[in-house]
Amino acid sequence: MTAAALIRTGAPQGAHPFERFLLAAGTWAGLPAALTADPSLAFLGMWAEPGMVHAAFLEEGANAVLLASAPAESGRYAALSPARPGAIRFERMIRDLWALTAEGAVDLRPWLDHGRWGLEGPLSGRPAAILGGEPPQPEFLPAEGEGIHQIPVGPIHAGVIEPGHFRFHVQGELVVRLEQRFGYTHKGTLSLMLGKPARAAAAFAARLSGDSTVAHGWAFAAAAEAALGVAVPPRAVALRAVMGELERIHNHLNDWGFVCNDAAFAYPHARCGWLREGVLRACAAAFGHRLMMDRVLPGGIAPDIAPGGAEAILAALEAVERETPALMRIYESHASLQDRVVGTGFLDPVLAARFAAGGFVGRGSARRFDARRTPGYAPYDAMVPALAVEAGGDVDARVRVRVAELGTSISLVRRLLMTLPEGETLVPLPAQAGEGSALIEGFRGECLAWLRLDEGGLIRAVFLRDPSWLQWPLLEAAIEGNIVADFPICNKSFNCSYSGVDL
Amino acid sequence: MLWPRLARALLGKPLTDPAPPVPQETVAALGERLAAAARTRLGRSLSIREVDSGSCNGCELEVTALQNVAYDLERFGLRFVASPKHADVLLVTGPACRNMTEAMQRALDCTPDPKWVVAVGDCAVDGGVFKGSYAVEGGVGAVLPVDLLIPGCPPSPEQLLEGLLALLEAEAAPAPK
Repeated sequence: MTAAALIRTGAPQGAHPFERFLLAAGTWAGLPAALTADPSLAFLGMWAEPGMVHAAFLEEGANAVLLASAPAESGRYAALSPARPGAIRFERMIRDLWALTAEGAVDLRPWLDHGRWGLEGPLSGRPAAILGGEPPQPEFLPAEGEGIHQIPVGPIHAGVIEPGHFRFHVQGELVVRLEQRFGYTHKGTLSLMLGKPARAAAAFAARLSGDSTVAHGWAFAAAAEAALGVAVPPRAVALRAVMGELERIHNHLNDWGFVCNDAAFAYPHARCGWLREGVLRACAAAFGHRLMMDRVLPGGIAPDIAPGGAEAILAALEAVERETPALMRIYESHASLQDRVVGTGFLDPVLAARFAAGGFVGRGSARRFDARRTPGYAPYDAMVPALAVEAGGDVDARVRVRVAELGTSISLVRRLLMTLPEGETLVPLPAQAGEGSALIEGFRGECLAWLRLDEGGLIRAVFLRDPSWLQWPLLEAAIEGNIVADFPICNKSFNCSYSGVDL
Repeated sequence: MLWPRLARALLGKPLTDPAPPVPQETVAALGERLAAAARTRLGRSLSIREVDSGSCNGCELEVTALQNVAYDLERFGLRFVASPKHADVLLVTGPACRNMTEAMQRALDCTPDPKWVVAVGDCAVDGGVFKGSYAVEGGVGAVLPVDLLIPGCPPSPEQLLEGLLALLEAEAAPAPK
């Protein structure tokens, strides 16, 4: 039996639009073996609630999302990490937040819990208080060999970026092993969402990762709307996509500029910064906020696009489109820059596929996946975006995917604004029970949101999965054998979110 | 291909916006916090170390934008440095996450006197939407002695610039009697 068929033997739970199947603990225990035998079922993420573990998968052929759950009897469940390495960090996180242990797990060291919260298992329903004592020292995986030394970096980094710890094992100039240690920005986001109505909790989805505020806000809103059976007004659907594409454009411009900057090539950085500033000002003119935070709400969007907003957006995008070819020629024609990006930070397509990496990380390593196309959602069903795929797997490939997507996003925004439906942009939500999920393509990959509401319409269980969960581990692989000095440029080409995975 | 563009940029007008006005009451309040000795020591220039104590990275995007050609922070003598050891200002974003407490305190300890701590964004002001979480102490003030608050979610580059210019003005102002 395939892994997908095994999951479908479970009891359907009435979740929308992707069904969730409840398996007996014994059936779940058969999942790792079934997953090992069936590589076509991609692992998207894992989370829990008190006494219950959940996992999300993508059927690569059928492009359907499949949710599976099982009770964690006496706090234990069968680990998926032996079959899907992407599950390792989720299992560590589940142990820290819900106090459920994955049996047979590849790695059970703490992840988000640094021993500083004053309690253990904050989401377990009965967190245990921890009194005093020194927080434990982290343990890192070893590397052995002649002349190997360690370089600890962070949590506070040298640039204006988020905190996290990188432990490098280095032999001469070469990185032998990189290990990440995160959790520094853990804010207890999920715990703050529980017990709130969907609309009140949307502020937390919008702040899971500020650079993806539209994408996560949209995923959360779409999950809530699916749970409640609410249809969003067509004008709101179109404006969500306008904001989503603008978010993609400003972030791609930012990343392109910063990759060049990390190679000490200032001109593209200056120009990309200027063009991006134009886009952000247009966003502020159209939607009243430069990053468009808190604009996507369960039930639609608010406020409606301002008068003159569309013109401001089109003018900013016109400037981006006009200059992109010239910037690309400069990027391609300077050997000093090409020398730093071509062949650097190679991510093997086999690994990208094994981790089901989304966004430019996956598509830069030949993984043909974009959630806007498959499983797909409105309004992209009516205007399917072109798939930007590169096979190179290096920093250059990830840059090229971004630049190709700039063009696609600009034409999408134009079409969306030209065909913008009239009408209202926000509808009220009923206070009722339901369960829903959504997969929305943000700039760095697909954002997954899942939630369950009780009869009063309050959140009983929720999870938000940033695409970085499956990309960060690949950075550890991509940096291996590179020189230490190339880490910043590799890191920037991945541009994973810290806050998004720290929850 | 690049050279003609650089030459044109040299001859053309700068893209940079004019500086925003600075609220005088903020300047006066900051001036009172700064000893005359410190004022002469710092001069009209500040080195800033940005520390993220657990933000969603929205504030980082706007702090980064301060360095683009539209805002060009360095024209005011304000620049970002790579280590707190080189800094006069710790510019802290995000709620004070418990997992960052030790790192924040260490960053403050490494920053030579005289120094300022600027809390940037609604989360840094009082914890923002994350107030009351088991993982958050509160605002940055719960961990570090804060001199200046710049609210906003995130504050725009203009608002950040206003606040930072107030610091500069406070240094330039004569010592309060």
